Amino acid sequence: MEKIRISRRTLLATGASALAGSWLSGCNDLVQRSSGSLLGAADAFTYAVHRALLPQQALAREFTRDSVSVLPANGTTNPDDENYQRLLKGNFAEWRLPIAGLVTQPVAMSLNDLQRFPARTQVTQHTCEEGWSGIAEWTGVQLSRVLAAAGIKPEARYVVFHTVDGWWDSLDMSDALHPQTILAYGMNGRDLPVPHGAPVRLRVERQLGYKSLKFLETITVTDRLDNVEDGTGAVGVAEGYAWYSGI
Amino acid sequence: MTSLAVVALLVSGYVLVMTHPRLYWGNVGNLDTPAWLTLPIEQTLGESGWGRSLHFLGAWVLVLTGIVYVFWSIASHHFARDLVPRREELSTRHVRQEFSRQLRWRIPRGARYGLAQRVTYLLVVAVLVPVVVLTGLTLSPAVTAAYPFLFSLFGGFQSARTIHFLDSLALALFLIVHVIMVVRSGFTDQMRSMTFGEPSYGEDPHLTTDVVGNRR
Repeated sequence: MEKIRISRRTLLATGASALAGSWLSGCNDLVQRSSGSLLGAADAFTYAVHRALLPQQALAREFTRDSVSVLPANGTTNPDDENYQRLLKGNFAEWRLPIAGLVTQPVAMSLNDLQRFPARTQVTQHTCEEGWSGIAEWTGVQLSRVLAAAGIKPEARYVVFHTVDGWWDSLDMSDALHPQTILAYGMNGRDLPVPHGAPVRLRVERQLGYKSLKFLETITVTDRLDNVEDGTGAVGVAEGYAWYSGI
Repeated sequence: MTSLAVVALLVSGYVLVMTHPRLYWGNVGNLDTPAWLTLPIEQTLGESGWGRSLHFLGAWVLVLTGIVYVFWSIASHHFARDLVPRREELSTRHVRQEFSRQLRWRIPRGARYGLAQRVTYLLVVAVLVPVVVLTGLTLSPAVTAAYPFLFSLFGGFQSARTIHFLDSLALALFLIVHVIMVVRSGFTDQMRSMTFGEPSYGEDPHLTTDVVGNRR
């Protein structure tokens, strides 16, 4: 009994200090994004633990083609935007995707330019933050190839995306350069349909669906997020949706 | 703090499930596929952002305290000493005796855990909690990318979500019964012994139980 009582007290004390220690060291450079709230701190801690403990090159499960299921189109299904509708009528021949920011060679890529890169096709599960899921086959170019073509500067830390329907979001370099992070122009063997984000959408397979933005408009490489839009890193953060959703 | 975390998990878990109150088996499940079970909850969108963050706040508190508990348990042989039922306890006579005592709502004060307690706690600690943690991890695309066997273990993302939900119901039920029992068996004593160990029972031979003779 005596022995146990001591060990329990010791554990209470060591546990508390270990907790405080890991909390402080884990969150260091993420505190800015947690905006001081307890909920933000929990998300920042999750992010730090994922980056520290999970192998960064591990691939999300890829399924066989016959696993493809129905996949409801969520959010905007046809952007109410004059310019977009004009581009759509022209089969996106005039569409360009500017890649700017911390790159040595800012470029604006056409759909053809993107399709000239080696393609990657992956059958993956789309996991919606609401709790539903679906499997689809996506074809596109790895974002890492496009960024390499534009020449990422060494100080780059995040990649910011803006969309036609007013969304914006960002990825750290771990997710941006991940082999399965692609700019998808094809779905289930066809051109990407409008409800799913034509002509090009992002696929980020290690995070929840809301990070895979549709209707891409611009890509910007940056070293900081506090001067991008409202400084939170993503459009949903202000409404309580975590910036990192690897969950 | 852990009780607060559990309440946070239950509340936020409810908020999360009401975003899509349909359960499925396998990998795929959405509004265009048939549900295995549609919960009698009105679908409410837009609350899952803070709901998920709160769920993780609660989960992290429990994971960190859980790690402390597991280390303490190993160091003090807690599992073998307190949770695994002893052979004598599993005799028909003892089981019957325990059962009738439970039915009469007699709760032994202090001392070691009774048989029903041992079995229940063991079920919670060895099955329900590990399963709820692992199914929760299976819902994380970053974790399953690193450990895809989780999908195979539970039969897919939606299966894991369904098991996670059912398991949390079982844990909630356990918690309600547990709290009632703690209150009925002397709240102050229990809180003292939970926090500081068991100062008196262990040292007073009259208060320690031999196996069958729970203090009545």
